[in-house]
Amino acid sequence: MKNLQEEKEMLQEESSIFNSTLQRRSFLQYAGAGAAGIALIAAGCKKDRNNPMEPGKTGVTLDFKDDFGVLNYAYALEQLEAAFYIQVAATPYANISAAELAYFKDIQFHEIAHREFFKNALGAAAIGSLEVDFSKINFADRTSVLGTAKAFEDLGVSAYNGAGSLLKSTVYLTLAGKIVSVEARHAAYIRELISPNSFSNVEVVDMVNGLDKSRNPLEVLAIAGGFVKTKINVTNFNA
Amino acid sequence: MNIVDILEEIEKVDGEVYERFSPRRTAMKEFFNIGKKVSLAAIPMALGSMFTKAYGQSTLPSGVKAVLQFALTLEHFEAAFYTQALKATGGADFPGSAQGTLDKTAIGIISGHETSHVNFLKGVIGSDAVAAKASYDWTASGAFPNPFAVGNYGVFLAVAQALEDTGVRAYKGQAPALVGQGGVLTAALNIHSVEARHAAKIRYMRAQNGFAIKPWITGGNDSGVPNAAAVYAGEETTTQATISIIGINATAVNAAAASESFDEPLTTQQVLDIVKLFGVS
Repeated sequence: MKNLQEEKEMLQEESSIFNSTLQRRSFLQYAGAGAAGIALIAAGCKKDRNNPMEPGKTGVTLDFKDDFGVLNYAYALEQLEAAFYIQVAATPYANISAAELAYFKDIQFHEIAHREFFKNALGAAAIGSLEVDFSKINFADRTSVLGTAKAFEDLGVSAYNGAGSLLKSTVYLTLAGKIVSVEARHAAYIRELISPNSFSNVEVVDMVNGLDKSRNPLEVLAIAGGFVKTKINVTNFNA
Repeated sequence: MNIVDILEEIEKVDGEVYERFSPRRTAMKEFFNIGKKVSLAAIPMALGSMFTKAYGQSTLPSGVKAVLQFALTLEHFEAAFYTQALKATGGADFPGSAQGTLDKTAIGIISGHETSHVNFLKGVIGSDAVAAKASYDWTASGAFPNPFAVGNYGVFLAVAQALEDTGVRAYKGQAPALVGQGGVLTAALNIHSVEARHAAKIRYMRAQNGFAIKPWITGGNDSGVPNAAAVYAGEETTTQATISIIGINATAVNAAAASESFDEPLTTQQVLDIVKLFGVS
């Protein structure tokens, strides 16, 4: 699997050099039009890859040309969720009950497990760490925390549901399936805390066919982006 | 999920889908424009007949059809279970429920979804969709007391939990057979996550009624029902794609959290072995 990843990564690097901001021709002019120049730039890319913890100003790119793009998309969402629940568990809202705190700690570890799983599974192909922006959330206030948790969990469910058909590997599809049902369990629980019997109400499940929501990556990132400082670029995805 | 999305997904696999539906793509567009004016309740019917007309019974890929028939077999059973539960009380709250009307309403919501799933799948499969059994054995061949009898509300919730968790695992196990199937896969995933919402709610109801259990599956069989062991077989795993989740990357993820954070699939045969005790086949 590692070899396959490295191979894919090399392919990604090769294509991204020529397809990104610079066209091949102007790129060659800029780099001095020599093989040495290409090698230099390629080495520069390699160096970036070796420092994935610092996406920097250019942000991260989710390239949906293959399954790694979908997995990185999931990794990005899990990073966001994990960061949120780590904060919730570290600074619980006022008068939190023991039961609620215990479950928030559970959820925190579920999301950490998801995040770290994707990080390890992706290996060198993993995007860097995202910088989150939780300035809109009042962690001292139960309503604010529960409302955000509900939004994140419902978003996660719809994201995985929408991403399933983008996957080509049955192994990855099953792994995504293993995670999305846990997110749905979280969503149902948090919804019950907010309003009894809202676990699968019309906001998320259509009452005619009994189907949960799906969202495509652009729809999901438009919502999630409000909580992430790092720029998330999307390529090779057509809604 | 809307029908245009489904059709667009199918189009990716079957470029002639619109031609199958109608000789002219414009006619399809007209249909949807009309569809917007039709009441929502009419859509499952319309959707089903559209799929049937498009593919006919011979052209829905056999592997896809088998998955849908299997799903429908389970949904018939789940729908009947909740219908029976609500019928048994004659519209009253469940005797013995600590939550009274709230619990009755919850079961009504879940029941409604299961019936919707039945109708949706019937519509997609077409005229040879499998039928519900005339009756089921609600004691699972004597494994449980009658879950609908007065005084057995705890049994009812335990069986409901087992059914919902089985449903989640069953859909998860079928997903690989639908890879590359676009809208059909998405629809199955959309049902899958609804079943997980149900499972979490039923588990939460059990907790509210005094049984210590979490909305997520901890370890293996956490149902308190030894007879439900097969429902949870393999759920205790803490390794995913050869990656050990316990303490992953020096985090404090323990064995319980590692098992909770991933739900596991069941094979078709494992599911059939579970539900055959209820007379499902």
